[in-house]
Amino acid sequence: MSVTKSKKSLHKRHDDLAQANKQLEILSGGIFADGELPTFAKKIKETNQFPLRPKKLEILQINVGYMCNQVCEHCHVDAGPDRKEIMTWETMEQCLEVIKNTGAHTLDLTGGAPEMNPHFRRFVEEASKAGIKDFIVRSNLTIIRANKKYYDLPDFFKKHNVHVVSSMPHWTRGKTDKQRGEGVFDLSIKALQELNERGYGMPDSDLRLDLVYNPNGAYLPSDQAGMEKDFKKALMEDFGIQFHNLFAITNLPIARFLDYLIASENYEDYMYQLVDAYNPAAVANVMCTNTISISWDGWLYDCDFNQMLDLKVNSKVKHISDYNEDLLNDRDIIISQHCYGCTAGAGSSCQGTVA
Amino acid sequence: MANNYYDPADLRKFGKITEWSEELGTKFFDYYGKVFEEGALTAREKALIALAVAHTEQCPYCIDAYTKDNLQRGVTKKQMMEAIHVGAAIKSGATLVHGTMMMNKVNKLEM
Repeated sequence: MSVTKSKKSLHKRHDDLAQANKQLEILSGGIFADGELPTFAKKIKETNQFPLRPKKLEILQINVGYMCNQVCEHCHVDAGPDRKEIMTWETMEQCLEVIKNTGAHTLDLTGGAPEMNPHFRRFVEEASKAGIKDFIVRSNLTIIRANKKYYDLPDFFKKHNVHVVSSMPHWTRGKTDKQRGEGVFDLSIKALQELNERGYGMPDSDLRLDLVYNPNGAYLPSDQAGMEKDFKKALMEDFGIQFHNLFAITNLPIARFLDYLIASENYEDYMYQLVDAYNPAAVANVMCTNTISISWDGWLYDCDFNQMLDLKVNSKVKHISDYNEDLLNDRDIIISQHCYGCTAGAGSSCQGTVA
Repeated sequence: MANNYYDPADLRKFGKITEWSEELGTKFFDYYGKVFEEGALTAREKALIALAVAHTEQCPYCIDAYTKDNLQRGVTKKQMMEAIHVGAAIKSGATLVHGTMMMNKVNKLEM
């Protein structure tokens, strides 16, 4: 079903779904309230996995702001050019203190478009000195070609040995532009070619370039390895582009994707798909068990999705200013029905499948 | 009984056919699952064949299920439509090729 698209965020439109509590109401109501489908808590109780508890902290994911140069239809952040939530240097300094002392081996910067934060480069320069093993920046690719001031980003990434993870919903122009906006495909291809020229994504290169695939509608991703093969073949044949891995990520029913599901009358069917595809083996490795997500204003969450639903960690430590890894790791993870998105099929996380 | 013969929600109940004949139902689903596994044909090739057959069989449940399945596998709209044309060509060809029977009969009967 075709749905009218907007170039404004739900927040800018003052849409009800911009409010986390409205989204949570929907996710707990209807088919879950009347028992037609089991709640996520009930489901994981069946396999004695409730309450969900963290394992060893491996990933610090920092959302440096919701501003983005794109307004993607499926965005769970509800990001866009009209979002003004940007991490200050003061909060970044608090993050840097944490990064220096963390036991996590991966630092993962996300947004919005993280590069649009005015302190982004200074933050990357400082953070890269901390000796973190894997330093990820989630770049939407088009930002690299959006404005002259970003043209040198591939060189900047290379200089700091940043691991680039980029969204690429399909190897065809039509499907990519439909989800992410007119012209996104061509700009993304150009950006990928520039990254390849610097050595990113080449078979034996240490400069890691991974792509993220997420479905272009109300259906779940298929086999990650199969999709990776298809992407590699098509991008190589059509554009000579190479990359390392493809992460297949399930769209979670949050913010703009939830809005789309409801407007297109796909919500119930999609929730059925998620519940039908529930895989207990994926629960053991969901990303909230090894990740802490930090918001632009320094609050702490179990994952980026909980951040968007304003579900702060269930811990005495709730803000970066009070950060204490041992205390944080001793908590119950907050769950709701959106969590089915991470446990469907082979599971889903910011690093792709988990089961 | 609903007012419509076909209800999309019934597709979700497909697995329940086992309840009224467990052995046969289970055997069917085991076979079904095995057929669609990756083999000499890829799972994606099988999904496209299934989509074409779903149309020649004019099964709404199968069209619903295999359209979604093909989207999940990254199959493009153009590829899906081409597959349906293959089904349509065989279906119409199958009608037309029977015209040779008619021709044979006419040739036999007419002086």
